Amino acid sequence: MHPPCLMFLVLLPFVFLGHKTRKKERKDRSLSVGVLSMCSTMRPCSLTLLLVALSLLLSFPPFCSGSAASPGSAEGFTINGRVKIPGLAVQAFGVSGKPSDAKVILNGGSKITFLRPDGYFSFHNISAGTHLIEVAVIGYFFSPVRVDVSARHPGKVQAALTETRRSLSELVLEPLREEQYYEIREPFSIMSVVKSPMGLMVGFMLIVMFLMPKLVENMDPEEMRRAQEEMRSQGVPSLASLLPGAARQ
Amino acid sequence: MAERSFFLFLLLLFLSSAVEFSASIFEDQVGLMDWHQKYIGKVNHAVFHTQKTGRKRVVVSTEENVLASLDLRHGDIFWRHVLGPSDAIEAFDIALGKYVITLSSGGSILRAWNLPDGQMIWESFLKGSRSSKSMLLVQPSVGAEKETVLLAFYGGFLHAVSSIDGEILWRKDLGSESLEIQQIVQPVGIEVVYALGFDGSSQFAAYEINARNGELMKHESVHFSGSFSRENLVVSDGVFVALDASGSILVTVHFQNGEYSLQEMRISSLLGGNFGKAKLLGAKLPHMFALRNDKLTGFLKVTDEGKLETLERINNEVSISDSLSFAEKQRAFALVQHNDNKVEFRVKLGHEWNKDLLQETVNIDPNRGHVENVFINNYIRTDRSYGFRALIVLEDHSLLLVQQGEVVWKREDGLASILDVTTAELPVEKVGVSVSKVEENLHEWLKGHILKLKGTLMLATPEDVATIQGMRLKNSEKSKITRDHNGFRKLLIVLTRSGKVFALHTGDGRIVWSLLLRSLRKSEACTSPTGIRIYPWQIPHHHALDENPSVLVVGRCLPTDSGPGVLSFIDAYAGKEFDSVAPTHSVVQIIPLPFTDALEQRLHLLIDANQRAHLYPRSPEALTIFNREMSNVYWYTVVAENGIIRGYAPKSTSVNEGSDEYCFDPTDLWSIVFPMESEKIVAWVTRKLSEVVHTQAKVIADQDVMYKYISKNLLFVATTSPKGTGEIGSATPDESSLIVYLIDTVTGRILHRMIHKGCQAPVHAVLSENWVVYHYFNLRSHRFEMSVIEIYDQSRADNKDVWKLVIGKHNLTSPVSSYSRPEVKAESQSYFFTHSAKAIAVTSTAKGITSRQLLIGTVGDQVLALDKRYLDPRRKTDPTQAEKEEGLIPLTDSLPIIPQSYVTHALKVEGLRDIITVPAKLESTTLVFSYGVDLFLTRLAPSRTYDSLTEDFSYALLLLTIVVLVGAIFATWILSEKKELREKWR
Repeated sequence: MHPPCLMFLVLLPFVFLGHKTRKKERKDRSLSVGVLSMCSTMRPCSLTLLLVALSLLLSFPPFCSGSAASPGSAEGFTINGRVKIPGLAVQAFGVSGKPSDAKVILNGGSKITFLRPDGYFSFHNISAGTHLIEVAVIGYFFSPVRVDVSARHPGKVQAALTETRRSLSELVLEPLREEQYYEIREPFSIMSVVKSPMGLMVGFMLIVMFLMPKLVENMDPEEMRRAQEEMRSQGVPSLASLLPGAARQ
Repeated sequence: MAERSFFLFLLLLFLSSAVEFSASIFEDQVGLMDWHQKYIGKVNHAVFHTQKTGRKRVVVSTEENVLASLDLRHGDIFWRHVLGPSDAIEAFDIALGKYVITLSSGGSILRAWNLPDGQMIWESFLKGSRSSKSMLLVQPSVGAEKETVLLAFYGGFLHAVSSIDGEILWRKDLGSESLEIQQIVQPVGIEVVYALGFDGSSQFAAYEINARNGELMKHESVHFSGSFSRENLVVSDGVFVALDASGSILVTVHFQNGEYSLQEMRISSLLGGNFGKAKLLGAKLPHMFALRNDKLTGFLKVTDEGKLETLERINNEVSISDSLSFAEKQRAFALVQHNDNKVEFRVKLGHEWNKDLLQETVNIDPNRGHVENVFINNYIRTDRSYGFRALIVLEDHSLLLVQQGEVVWKREDGLASILDVTTAELPVEKVGVSVSKVEENLHEWLKGHILKLKGTLMLATPEDVATIQGMRLKNSEKSKITRDHNGFRKLLIVLTRSGKVFALHTGDGRIVWSLLLRSLRKSEACTSPTGIRIYPWQIPHHHALDENPSVLVVGRCLPTDSGPGVLSFIDAYAGKEFDSVAPTHSVVQIIPLPFTDALEQRLHLLIDANQRAHLYPRSPEALTIFNREMSNVYWYTVVAENGIIRGYAPKSTSVNEGSDEYCFDPTDLWSIVFPMESEKIVAWVTRKLSEVVHTQAKVIADQDVMYKYISKNLLFVATTSPKGTGEIGSATPDESSLIVYLIDTVTGRILHRMIHKGCQAPVHAVLSENWVVYHYFNLRSHRFEMSVIEIYDQSRADNKDVWKLVIGKHNLTSPVSSYSRPEVKAESQSYFFTHSAKAIAVTSTAKGITSRQLLIGTVGDQVLALDKRYLDPRRKTDPTQAEKEEGLIPLTDSLPIIPQSYVTHALKVEGLRDIITVPAKLESTTLVFSYGVDLFLTRLAPSRTYDSLTEDFSYALLLLTIVVLVGAIFATWILSEKKELREKWR
């Protein structure tokens, strides 16, 4: 595979040619704002959801009031949330293989769960305190989410994206951006060939070929003759003398 | 003018390419330099799904917590899910013919997965209050039912769950303090669920529950004079079989028709003479069960009258599958016996013991060990008779499908549980062997390159693209079993948990050889052997070129530290064990020493539980070398539980008669004791022994020089407050802080200490050259952080004066000693990092000239390459022009995640555990091997391949350019000739 050393030196710049400009990353998507549903395991969720919806209407922080779970009980709390992937939601979950590979990870791997067909997920038996939820889907970049589960007010939770420090009112996780793992091959263009070291080499030669004679023509013929003679006397080999047939002269 | 601008342009091109950090690839380059292999691990349980026409599959659960659906024709994976580390699958079954129901996480989580694509349909959380056995009962679907009720037992509660949406229909508390439910049975067609178990040690308890609403219909208990062991089984719906605590009495309880009768029987009277302590085999067989002791297996039949009959006694090791119902109420099961390298596979009918429905012998590689588990499935042959296929799990964790006496496919799933990795060079290519067959035909070669040129110029048709891709992937160059010029081809020698050693080719990942180590197999002397580490033992280059390289595998007989150690030596080319030692001493730590003997065998110190050092190889020559170098040998131990780090040196022993001259007593040198109530050791790392550092000096902007403090004896230790060792978020910021230390392991001197307040474990760290990078969790900002510490030697800092160097008044050649008091300067900086990490590694190259990249295994099982320049404590918000030119990146609060710099690109290394880097011979390139359940290997060039042309270099374009240039030369020559002629005529 190795070319001769000389050729390698000549082509050194070419080695560095492989990089291309990256596809522009999409602008961060904004997150939809809704209700963060959070209820204790001891209570049917529908009622709490209703209460949460009510509290939203009154623009108060959401509460699961009257929860039966006491702080620090063995049962713990439940975190419910949803992962929304814009491009895939249209194709419907479950049809393509990809969303089934999505994982939702709590606290760096202590608990892992998967998405239901509608994108919902839940963690059960969670202690009060601060937790971190990460979503791993190939092709998307999700910000980890900080979730605070209050011990004093059972059910009171707060969630915030740790990357952007944006707080969420509903635990709906959307990717910040799509991830493109491969470089995009630029479509063929004359410019890319011209810009390549080979193209530059050819271009430079063309310049020498066609522009240099023009420069020479512009010179005073007498001056030129003097220069040529000078060159001949010094014995500097001209281009012509290097070529076959030049010996005739 | 033109020339100058041309060079300027080249320079610009040069610079612009140097700014680009990530070594990213194009999509069509996937598979050129990398390979990815998917595994599942050792299969625990398998359920076939072959009833319907269409794709035949088998669903399996494994020890790696993987649930997978495999193609029954080829063994490929249709889909697979790797569950969390604490989410082991207890039981699973297929419901309604379309859902896979799993009971996992100790029995508390019930999930349903869609059989065709693996999408999770629903998830249900079971609640229980006591610890208990967990069980799952899925009624086999009869015809086209719409819904079945799943019965799951967890935490003392019996749950009935709808199979459609996972809704809990009813739950029944079956428990008190002493009650242990052991079996849940629902006879087909009856709406009664039997929950059978023990109340206390000698009471058999039975509950009959209405399957519709969970009402308790009947509670019965029968007293037994002895005490039960926990081994029990339900045979054919009506008989409960258990053993007593001594394993010599068999208890059967008949519970059909609401009447409970208990019978006791001595096993010796059934299976003859001296059967000894028996075990009940778990296989579910029709009207019969199997007992095993150390030597033989006995089969007993339960007759309709409730009597027990002995059917057969088998001396060999035998594996039995669960029974399978087929045809009209016929039930069959398989017996697999292992004789030498043949496996005898017999299928028997449930009601006729003496007739074999099928008897086949299958040849299986003896290197796979004995059969551990077998699962059978039936199919209808073309002549309408019944055929059987069997899925066999072997000792080396491989999975085989056997049909008609042939192995249809096999999976090497032992590779899902790699313990340790080392590499070996391949043999040198012999003279006379043709260098490459690819380049024999010039025409073909040229054609290939013209195609490639078309590809790069985007002129290729889709067919051309396919040809190019095929040509690249087929490139036989990368998979040859000889050493190559660039050092890309190597053997990766991996030790797996099953005790099997595999040699993988780095070119295409195929298995060159594999060996089930005899010394790591279960035996009387060694009851539960496990491998620990694998080391290169002999790397021949100078003196012993004819020798084959060899590796050392260290294992121990018991899972605890004090278990006796096992050493095994393997020829890395032949794949044969040429020597093994089963020493009596335990092995806690293995230290490869930087000395080799005349045969290029590396000296190793094995430290036992009493901190005594044992020298290997045990040869007088090795002893001489060691005695000479003994004053320079030190080691240390980290006892994380007690928070103590101790340093030792070997004591020269006066050779007494009878004492082991290869064993050295330790001398205590130093110890660091961390206060247990405030600091707990969570992580420690040292430099890789094989690491090469190119230069000690670091030239920074304004022509200044900094001298790196490079010591092989540097140890990084991280401690946190005891509260900070728990899971993320379990401590408040005030409760936990992270303290990091840099310790010299010869003197025990703490070179640097730093506190990160409000931070906690887990800590992942990597130490290289003069820097350490570590990843931890910041509780205050609730984000992950990465920090870097770089240490510089101040005692050499005044060597900058050129005159001093000229006169010779410098201390550059003075030896580095750990005993001289070092004047070090440490610099540190912290950055946010988005993901949690599973592993951190650093690239290593042959000479250490190439800049380094950090490799971070993220929580999503990807490997991210991050340039070390992002983790430079000299980064600042507004670097000066000189610093920018030096390559200093302006400071940002978080580290960038560039998708193109994922070395695993769009792939996942499921269950990622570790990342290994191996330098290639080519300085710019390093091999990166990451493993977990999957394996992934790629080549990485942290500063691009500056010393070699890339593989997709277009020779055709080069040729074309040369042709154009030559053509142009001739054209100009002709033109100039003509012009000259014209001028002469004038």
